[in-house]
Amino acid sequence: MSRVLPYPLLTASLIVMWMMLNAFSLGHFLLGAVVAILAGRAMAALQPSKPKLRRWQLIPFLIGIVLLDILRSNIAVASIILQGRRRERVAGFVAIPLDLRDRTGLAVLACIVTSTPGTAWIEYGADSGVLLIHVLDLVDEEAWVTLIKTRYEAMLMEIFE
Amino acid sequence: MMHAEMLPAWAALLTALLVLIGAGLTLFGAIGTLRFATFFERVHAPTLGTSWGTGAIVLGSIVCFSVLGSRLVVHEILIGVFITVTTPVTLMLLARAVLYRDRTEGNAGVPARLASRREQQGRTEAEDGDGDAR
Repeated sequence: MSRVLPYPLLTASLIVMWMMLNAFSLGHFLLGAVVAILAGRAMAALQPSKPKLRRWQLIPFLIGIVLLDILRSNIAVASIILQGRRRERVAGFVAIPLDLRDRTGLAVLACIVTSTPGTAWIEYGADSGVLLIHVLDLVDEEAWVTLIKTRYEAMLMEIFE
Repeated sequence: MMHAEMLPAWAALLTALLVLIGAGLTLFGAIGTLRFATFFERVHAPTLGTSWGTGAIVLGSIVCFSVLGSRLVVHEILIGVFITVTTPVTLMLLARAVLYRDRTEGNAGVPARLASRREQQGRTEAEDGDGDAR
C-alpha cells in the first residue's frame, strides 16, 4: 500500500478529477488511475508532510457551514459597497491566538478566512501561534476571536489533530 | 451539438438568475475595489467575485449543461475548488508585501510585528526578572 500508493487520498481525488473532466467510464477510470498513481509517486519524491485525517465525517458538515457563512458575508459586503459612505464603518485588524498547529488545518483555515468576503488573512506567526486578520466591518473584536475559534478552529482541530 | 433553444423555460430562467447573481456580485466587487480608500479595505472587495460570484456562475453552468445534455455535468465544481484553494496564495503575498512596506515606512494604522514567544520571554525577563511571567 505505502510503496505503490504513498498518498491514497491524493490518488483517489485525482482519479475522481480525471473522470469529472472526461467521462465516468471504465476506460477513463483505468487511464485516470495510471496517471493518479504516477502522480502520487511523484508527490512522494517531494516529501510533503502527510496530513492525518482523524474525523473525516466532519468535513461535509464543515463545507456546508463555510458555504453558508460565505453566502451571508457576500450579502453583507455587497450591501456595504452599495451603501458607500452613507454608513459609518470601522475596518481594523484583529489578533487571534490560535491553538491549531497542524499545517494542513492552518491551510484550510486560510482558505476559509480568505474566501469569506469581509475577512482577510494577513499574518500568522508560527512561533507565537497568533493570527492577524483584517476585518472590513469591525464592530466587536472579541466576537471575531470567538467566532473563528469556536466555529472553525475547534472543528479543524477535531479533523486534523 | 446541443442548442440553447432546447432548454426548457424553468432551466433557462434558473440559469439566467444564477448567472446574473454571479455577474452582479463580481461587479459589486469591482466597484468596491474602486471605492474603498485603503489597501486593506480594497483587498476584501474582489473576494465577492472569487467566492459566490464564481459559485453562482458555476451553478448556472451546471444547471444549463446538465439539462441540455440530460446527464449531470459536474466538472465546473473543479473551477470553484481551484479558485478557492489558490486565492489565499496571491492574497497573502499582496497583504504581507503591503504590511512589510507600511511597517518599514512607519505608516500609521498597521499593527506592530507580532512578537515571537522567545522575544516576549526575553522582554519580561529584562523587565522584572521573572522568566515565566508569560
